[in-house]
Amino acid sequence: MSIDIIENILFATIRTGTPLLLVALGAMISERSGVLNLGQEGMILVGAVCAFIGAYTTDSLLIGVASGLASGALFSLIFAVIAISLVSSQIATGLALTIFGTGLSAFLGVDYVGLSIDGLDEWPIPLLHDIPVIGKAFFAQDILVYGSFALFAAIYYVMSRTRVGLIIRAVGENPGVAHSMGYRVLLVRYATVMFGGAMAGLAGAYLSLAYTPMWTEGMSAGRGWIALALVVFASWRTGRVLVGAWLFAFASILHLVLQGFGYDISPNLLGMLPYLATIIALVMMMQRAGTAQLAPRSLGQPYYPQK
Amino acid sequence: MRIEARPTPSHTMRYLSPLLALGLTLITGAALFAALGKAPLASLHAFFIEPVSTVYGLSELFVKVTPLLLCATGLTLCFRAKVWNIGAEGQFVFGALIAGAVSLQLADYQGFWVLPVVIASGVLAGMAWAGIAAILLTRFRAHEILTTIMLNYIAIQLLLWSVHGPLKSPSGYNFPESELFSPQTLLPTLWGQYRVTIAIFIALLMLAVIWTVLNRTLLGYQTRVMGENRQAARFAGFNGNRLIWILLLFSGGMAGMAGVSEVNGPVGQLTTNLALGYGYTAIIIVFMGRMHPLGVLLASLLLGLTYLGGENAQMTLGLPKSITGVFQGLLLFFLLACDFLISHRIVLAPIRSQHPNLSNTPVREVTRS
Repeated sequence: MSIDIIENILFATIRTGTPLLLVALGAMISERSGVLNLGQEGMILVGAVCAFIGAYTTDSLLIGVASGLASGALFSLIFAVIAISLVSSQIATGLALTIFGTGLSAFLGVDYVGLSIDGLDEWPIPLLHDIPVIGKAFFAQDILVYGSFALFAAIYYVMSRTRVGLIIRAVGENPGVAHSMGYRVLLVRYATVMFGGAMAGLAGAYLSLAYTPMWTEGMSAGRGWIALALVVFASWRTGRVLVGAWLFAFASILHLVLQGFGYDISPNLLGMLPYLATIIALVMMMQRAGTAQLAPRSLGQPYYPQK
Repeated sequence: MRIEARPTPSHTMRYLSPLLALGLTLITGAALFAALGKAPLASLHAFFIEPVSTVYGLSELFVKVTPLLLCATGLTLCFRAKVWNIGAEGQFVFGALIAGAVSLQLADYQGFWVLPVVIASGVLAGMAWAGIAAILLTRFRAHEILTTIMLNYIAIQLLLWSVHGPLKSPSGYNFPESELFSPQTLLPTLWGQYRVTIAIFIALLMLAVIWTVLNRTLLGYQTRVMGENRQAARFAGFNGNRLIWILLLFSGGMAGMAGVSEVNGPVGQLTTNLALGYGYTAIIIVFMGRMHPLGVLLASLLLGLTYLGGENAQMTLGLPKSITGVFQGLLLFFLLACDFLISHRIVLAPIRSQHPNLSNTPVREVTRS
């Protein structure tokens, strides 16, 4: 196998892993505060369609990215109001967000199907992108990929080293105690859910502006669900989310790799790989003793402070 | 004005909430139509009334209701026990795929046994697909929400592979679709030129069955106990895993039957776009119908109507068909929001001083079944 092929596989893995990483980081933050949002898929789609419409109508990719980010955050607010303030079942509300997001994005994007834009360009970093093997993968990507590295570093720092991270974790472990210590539990949860929405929106923007610069219905193809499984797989740890996202990405581009080597297997059969990999990863993770104990203690439970 | 927790959940609100949600959806829908530059009332009429104002329209409603009701019947039992089978879509697709493959194999056979074999293959296929999730949950503790969703995507890829490959019609100009099924493998229609098949009776019969099971049998009792409290179920001494298996296999079989009702009914062949989201819509139906058989029946009529409404809105108003999904999503959101009034009430009175007994407990968690 030549260096060239390895370089290209690594490059494609990082690209494919970027939306997974963004969504999973956002989902992880809201789960650390105790909120399970199954609406990731819907938020990605709304982010993707809004980003595309924004970029297409204004001819500005920057506005496109901003629209994706903002629409994801706004859309997640629906979930926040119903699941946090109106204490409804997080499972049902998250499903509703995905169903609504799928429908809404198809509705909004109907006039934009089949249109194309010039996607985000790659910005090779001088000198670094010439490093053999890994240079292309890490230093010759577009700005959103670099952004995902930066967001990862920031989240890692915030969650492990700062007061904000501590408060988020406290709220997720025991909202009752956090409340009696004077923290605004509901406010924290609103913030983490909307942060998750923004991250999913950004992932959507990456899909429709960079990964495949166009809009197609349901283009997230289950990435929101895979990201949710990824958070379990990573047992809610930031570092493992990164590794997991790239592992999953590798599994999902395996068909390109195999085709590259001349194997002729139906793309539909190989298209099952990411989903199969997700199931296998979940099973492997649950076999390890104590994974369930790693979950934030109050995950999925509504909380209603007595006034 | 303030909001306070009710001492006990309100029964009235439990059944009023879906109606409230429907009202709010209609108001929001009217606003949406107005924003799109259409006359709101005329548009609502075109969406909700016009499609069922003819006998043919009504019969088409039942064509939509058949697979929805079949899927929702199975999910009702699952959700009652808080077994979150989100995989009706995949079980539907796999059931349809296997029933379709069997129908193609039996194309040249005649006899009364052909159709039952086709139906059984679809039902068993749906059960097998749900059975994978059951193994993953009971044996490997992998959460059913994620595994069933993944299985949905896998089933759709299998269908695509089949109609692009082994089951592609040799005489179909290379379109990704199978041969048309022979008449003896198709479900008989009820009357005349209408497309409703006898599967609607299977759906209604099974709805009656789950009503009986829920209210009159030990299995139904166990289902309800497990939904209320898993811990209690363990203390009550019955085997939760066995119940999970039964519920998942049952709902998988029902979704498989829904797949049969579609491919061996109005569609009549395997195509790439069999998955129209019935399995997801069935989830909304179960919540709207309050997980009660009668409610599920009414909700399936309403949600079936949103499909026809979307098609009609496309033809008469020039709106995209995907408006169906918008209406379905709105409906579920408003329902979940209105459900807040089951456990809480709005009181038009000044805030009274806190009861002394509560002063030590600043925190109160509200849990609802």
